[in-house]
Amino acid sequence: MTDSDIGVAPPETLRAAVWGQFRKHRGAVFGLVVLVLLIVFSVLGPFVWGPEKLSVAEALKSKNLGSSFVHPMGTDQLGRDTMQRMMAAGKVSLAVGFVAMIIAIFLGTLVGVLAGYFRRLDGPLMRLTDMFLALPLIPLLLVMVMLFRDKIARNLGPEMGAFVLIVFAIGVTSWMHAARIVRGEVLALKEREYVLASRSIGATSRRVILRHILPNVVSPVMVAATLGVAEAIITESVLSFLGLGFPPDFPTWGRLLYEGLEYMQLYPERVIFPGLAISLTVLSVNYIGDGLRDALDPRIRGR
Amino acid sequence: MLDARPAPVTTAPLIQVEDLKMHFPIYSGILRRHTGDVKAVDGVSFFINAGETLGLVGESGCGKSTVGRALLRLYEPTAGRVIIDGEDVARLSPEALRKKRPTMQMVFQDPQASLNPRMTLSRIIGEPLDEHTDWTDKKKQDWIYELMDSVGLNRRFANRFPHEFSGGQRQRIGIARALALNPKFIVCDEPIAALDVSIQAQVVNLLEDLQDRLGLTYLFISHDLSMVRHIADRVAVMYLGKIAELSPRDDLYARPLHPYAEALLSAVNEPDPVIAAKRRRIILKGDVPSPANPPLGCNFCTRCPRVMDICRAVKPDLIEVEAGRFVACHLYPTTAAAGSTGAPEATERNQQGVTR
Repeated sequence: MTDSDIGVAPPETLRAAVWGQFRKHRGAVFGLVVLVLLIVFSVLGPFVWGPEKLSVAEALKSKNLGSSFVHPMGTDQLGRDTMQRMMAAGKVSLAVGFVAMIIAIFLGTLVGVLAGYFRRLDGPLMRLTDMFLALPLIPLLLVMVMLFRDKIARNLGPEMGAFVLIVFAIGVTSWMHAARIVRGEVLALKEREYVLASRSIGATSRRVILRHILPNVVSPVMVAATLGVAEAIITESVLSFLGLGFPPDFPTWGRLLYEGLEYMQLYPERVIFPGLAISLTVLSVNYIGDGLRDALDPRIRGR
Repeated sequence: MLDARPAPVTTAPLIQVEDLKMHFPIYSGILRRHTGDVKAVDGVSFFINAGETLGLVGESGCGKSTVGRALLRLYEPTAGRVIIDGEDVARLSPEALRKKRPTMQMVFQDPQASLNPRMTLSRIIGEPLDEHTDWTDKKKQDWIYELMDSVGLNRRFANRFPHEFSGGQRQRIGIARALALNPKFIVCDEPIAALDVSIQAQVVNLLEDLQDRLGLTYLFISHDLSMVRHIADRVAVMYLGKIAELSPRDDLYARPLHPYAEALLSAVNEPDPVIAAKRRRIILKGDVPSPANPPLGCNFCTRCPRVMDICRAVKPDLIEVEAGRFVACHLYPTTAAAGSTGAPEATERNQQGVTR
């Protein structure tokens, strides 16, 4: 052939193409910047800025202060610096949100794909999903925490133990919606002719799922995942509020929000700052998911 | 370029289908009890010689595509034998079937739906190679380029996605994928139905060209009778899950024996306006019976213009009434295979539109 060398050079890789499209999505880039700022704030913040240590007497004097240069976000009813607590809380809340979301999405996708693809597993797995959906969540979490908290705390320490337990508890109780969405999508996808073509080639079920089914359920999974982060952060705060989560003096965004509720009318900033942080996280993750979904779809990427 | 393979010198046909049945169960009621079967394919037998093209025609829903898919065991056949190149595909173990897959491939109807929108062209064509070979990436890529050349796709397209191509080009991708493993037998499941007329000819000519070069054997499923006339060597006419007539192409088009084949062929458009004006269509009354509840006798007896009493009671067998011509119809009695040679005059007139 005369043009044998024309097509040989492979053009941009998939990763470059996806990043190129992602950058064009203004909302996604904005979301990414905000999320990175939030992570930097909570992870690197404490190394850069910290209030001076106060004695008990000084702390008593400096309670319920408003914003100032010494305390940019004010202090709480015990004289603790709110910004410092926000930083510490952010680390935990972000970690809980993302890890719990990953667990939930992994379980949900696994159950959904298996139920949708293998006819024989469909009944049992979907009944299991219905069962989980029917369980009252809070009592279930309560029982789980009561049963396992001490054992895990003994092995991993109280804070790490609480983290593992909460993340796990949230993860295993919020995969059901993802599973249902994925199952529906897989049921439709597996009748598509390209799946049939793959089977006519002799591809094993595992390969068909990995090559054809999973890449095509990315969109609904992405939507479920972004919503999952927000839900996990809120659920964690509910648990902590009920005394089932982290120890009482351990700050998370959700807990700061609940503590601030009492003082909302006098000191609205106590509620505004953690609320803003949670909202920004949720919003930015949503936009990132949106941009990523578009970037991963070659039909949209071409435009 | 792809090397032409010498046609195998075997006397047995490459494909031998015996009494293939494909029934889809119907479950109804609260208890999901098995209350019946949709007899999509109900006892189909035929053979295809190596290097030959068998056309399979019939109206929508008569089971054409099901035959094609059951042949490649994309469905598990209810009964019957499908012998492809000496092995009964309907009974192979999963691993043996996987090994057998390269011999038989399929080209699908809808080129849009048969290509994964998230895979590049070279990954789509290379998928069979990933499954069945342990070649290096370089070797795979070279073979993919050769396949693209042989179906007339520019090598520059290798990293594009299916949505960037036109319908005809997508069908070429599908054909290249089917050719990747050097198959002997390809089921073309209405490969041209979703394409517009100017592209149909290109694709059919490509298929013919590949057949000449590579000695391929086709089962060409279509409802486009004139296209089948162009490409097929022999044609099987299906009606409601059964073969009504199986004849060499020229004989069938000149003088259809089965009343259904006759009615079907009378629907072919005639390009010559003078002949077209004289042409009389045989218009069948009524609807196709449900395949879940076919008639007791001949499947066609509810609409046949020449129905007899025996048709309503006894299912006719597919028998050879003339050399190479198989018909399932009581008009051609088993014993009078020789006597039926007297019939041509009458049926010839019938082709002109004089219905009896």
